[in-house]
Amino acid sequence: MLQNVSMKRTKVLGFIFLSLIVFACSTSDNGGGTSEVEDNFNRSAMLVNWADNIIIPAHNAFNIEVAAMVQASTVFTESPSEVNLQSLRSAWKNAYLAFQSVSMFEIGKAEELNFRNRLNVYPTDVQKIEENVASNTYNFSLPSNIAIQGFPAIDYMINGLAETDAEIVAYYNSDATTGYNGYLNKLTTTILELSTTVLNDWEGSYRNSFVAATSSSATGSVDKLVNDFLFYYEKSLRAGKIGIPAGVFSADPLPEKVEAYYSKEIGKDLLLAAITASKDFFNGKSFTSTTEGESLKSYLDFLNTIKNGDDLSALINNQFNVSKSKAEELLNDLALQVTTDNSKMTATYDELQRNVILLKVDMLQALSINVDFVDADGD
Amino acid sequence: MGMNFNAYLNKETKAANLAVFRVLFGLMMFFSTLRFLSYGWVDKLYIQPKLFFSYYGFEWIRPLGVYTYALFIICLISSFLIAIGYKYRYSIIIFFLCFTYIELMDKTTYLNHYYFVSCLSFLMIFLPANGRFSLDAYLDNSINQEYIPKWNVDGIKVMLFIVYFYAGLAKLNSDWLVDAMPLKIWLPSNYDLPILGNLLQKEWVHYAFSWGGALYDLMIPFLLLYKPTRWFGFFLVVVFHLLTSILFPIGVFPFVMIVSALIFFDSSFHEQLIVKTSKLLKLKPLDNFTAKQKTTSKISLFIIGLFLLIQLLLPWRYLLYKNELFWTEEGYRFSWRVMLMEKAGYAQFKVVDKTSGKSFLINNNDFLTSFQEKQMSTQPDFILQYAHYLADHFSKNGKKDIEVYVESYVALNGRLSQPYVDPNVDLAKEKDSFAPKKWILSFNDEIKGL
Repeated sequence: MLQNVSMKRTKVLGFIFLSLIVFACSTSDNGGGTSEVEDNFNRSAMLVNWADNIIIPAHNAFNIEVAAMVQASTVFTESPSEVNLQSLRSAWKNAYLAFQSVSMFEIGKAEELNFRNRLNVYPTDVQKIEENVASNTYNFSLPSNIAIQGFPAIDYMINGLAETDAEIVAYYNSDATTGYNGYLNKLTTTILELSTTVLNDWEGSYRNSFVAATSSSATGSVDKLVNDFLFYYEKSLRAGKIGIPAGVFSADPLPEKVEAYYSKEIGKDLLLAAITASKDFFNGKSFTSTTEGESLKSYLDFLNTIKNGDDLSALINNQFNVSKSKAEELLNDLALQVTTDNSKMTATYDELQRNVILLKVDMLQALSINVDFVDADGD
Repeated sequence: MGMNFNAYLNKETKAANLAVFRVLFGLMMFFSTLRFLSYGWVDKLYIQPKLFFSYYGFEWIRPLGVYTYALFIICLISSFLIAIGYKYRYSIIIFFLCFTYIELMDKTTYLNHYYFVSCLSFLMIFLPANGRFSLDAYLDNSINQEYIPKWNVDGIKVMLFIVYFYAGLAKLNSDWLVDAMPLKIWLPSNYDLPILGNLLQKEWVHYAFSWGGALYDLMIPFLLLYKPTRWFGFFLVVVFHLLTSILFPIGVFPFVMIVSALIFFDSSFHEQLIVKTSKLLKLKPLDNFTAKQKTTSKISLFIIGLFLLIQLLLPWRYLLYKNELFWTEEGYRFSWRVMLMEKAGYAQFKVVDKTSGKSFLINNNDFLTSFQEKQMSTQPDFILQYAHYLADHFSKNGKKDIEVYVESYVALNGRLSQPYVDPNVDLAKEKDSFAPKKWILSFNDEIKGL
């Protein structure tokens, strides 16, 4: 009997509790209809902004530059001259600069193709390139051939073969060395193929699946692209462009490991372009205009209204600016900068590093994005 | 007093509670081990990494390369044997040793609920959980018993009581109650849940969850103990744990807790469960219980008593350290501090070769998995262990006189990141111990409460 009473009471209590939950949920449903946009950061709008206003236009612009580079390399290899070499160099520089705006988006097709590495592993493997040119057999899609292709390999082919332009042109005019013409064209057309594949995928089905994946899981687009962005910023930009050649990861500086080593001219430009592209992505700035859309910045600002914390997005933007002004003090030839006054390189590294902390520690915490899928109990 | 205590020790209860607990515990462990294997975590967590973070004093416990799989297979088999109650005493001992060995291999994977499983399986070594509804009892009638000492079941209840109540006490701090941290960070990230998603963006919901969670943890053991509120308590257990399993990546823990809470129910409930399950599985019920009164094992009683006493005291050891517990984590583990902190960090190590004066920075990915790096960068004992590993590693390459420094930053519960470890201390010279770590920089804030 007693048990019956207590059973009954439990059922009543349980019912009350359950109805409270239902009530709480349903009231939010009613209230949420109109004010949904205000209450909730619109991640879907952020993904749309990333895809339509930044990533796809950037890939488009890159593709156009690469096509121009292919054209220039065809012209040069068909009629090698110093003038045509100059115009190829300028096309190469434009494409390389445009690459800095797509390099960070290693997602979807780009991830599948190993896009960034196939286009930009440096230092390039000169010995292997020479062997391949001589034997005229190479397969760029093999993982073992990652360091004989992309922009750094072209850098060697158009800047590094000899001291003077006349001597470089001679390589492409000589019957004994015809392999160079074919190899150079293969390098540029491979980049175009890769660029076109990635662009077509974005313009085709991938854009919609990217934008639709709004979940907060490890497979959601926000989590994935933010992780890709941070990986790029930390490894490719901070370490690759500055840290490694400045010798911060080795006992001695390694000036031969700078980007665009043979050109001796565009290293700093590439660095500045990369910093600007990273900052623009953070701010959600449109690739083709100055308009800013939903972004990591506005997401952080939204979350900040919940927790009333420090103005993280301002700190990050400020740090981008400081890094950029430090980078502007560098010589165009970063290798020369390393050998003459490496302290400027390490000073730039330090500023870039400060943003790693803000992005990877503070921003990731605020966004509550996980690095890994494993059980956790938050301790 | 003495009389009362003796009287209590002689009290009996049905063996059914413990038997049902044994079966469900075995099944849960079986499936959780299977889940672990199926995700490929053995390879990812115990075979792929180059180094493993040992617990202080357990440096000799390491993964066994590809044979680590054998440990998991043994766990799988022994948990199944526990569930069917075959050679129970051996099975539970093997399971306890094997499971605990796995947990001690790398503290990167430390979870309170793994520790909880180790604690439970240790307790169960000393309890006659095969007295009913087991293959052992079926095969050997002398094992079959209807009644067992009441303290056998109460031991497990005390363990559960400690887990909940201490988890509740740990929430009584200003971050949790005043700032609703870290839930204010975690809950909004579940924006993609139907219905709940929008609600979880609201500040009042974060406070409701924080206060509700603390209240729940503190009250639930009492609600379960007190008969009139037991069903209500259990209902809360189910709702609460299901909710946490939806909101947070905490694996099987919610289900282990739900199943464990059943032990608070009356024997009649468990008897019914056994009868119904027997019918369902077409098992012949064993009626001929041995009437023989088993004497309480003094040794078991002593060990369990001592163990529970340690459990009661261990979580308070943090009081021996002066610094902020959340910041230094001195005395943090093994204390049922669950879901209390959102901590993120970054640690950049510098190796200095004293003979040449040259130095270079370390790329952590060369040595650590991303999960290990994440755990390492916010926990001082990891940082120290890794620094020693780096010192050894670079000494091996023909170098001597290695110094290791770290520039590190940690953000705790939504605060802006701050410097964590003194960058001027050569960590290669620091020894790990339970003594306070003086090279941790001070936490420029205060968290009030327990």
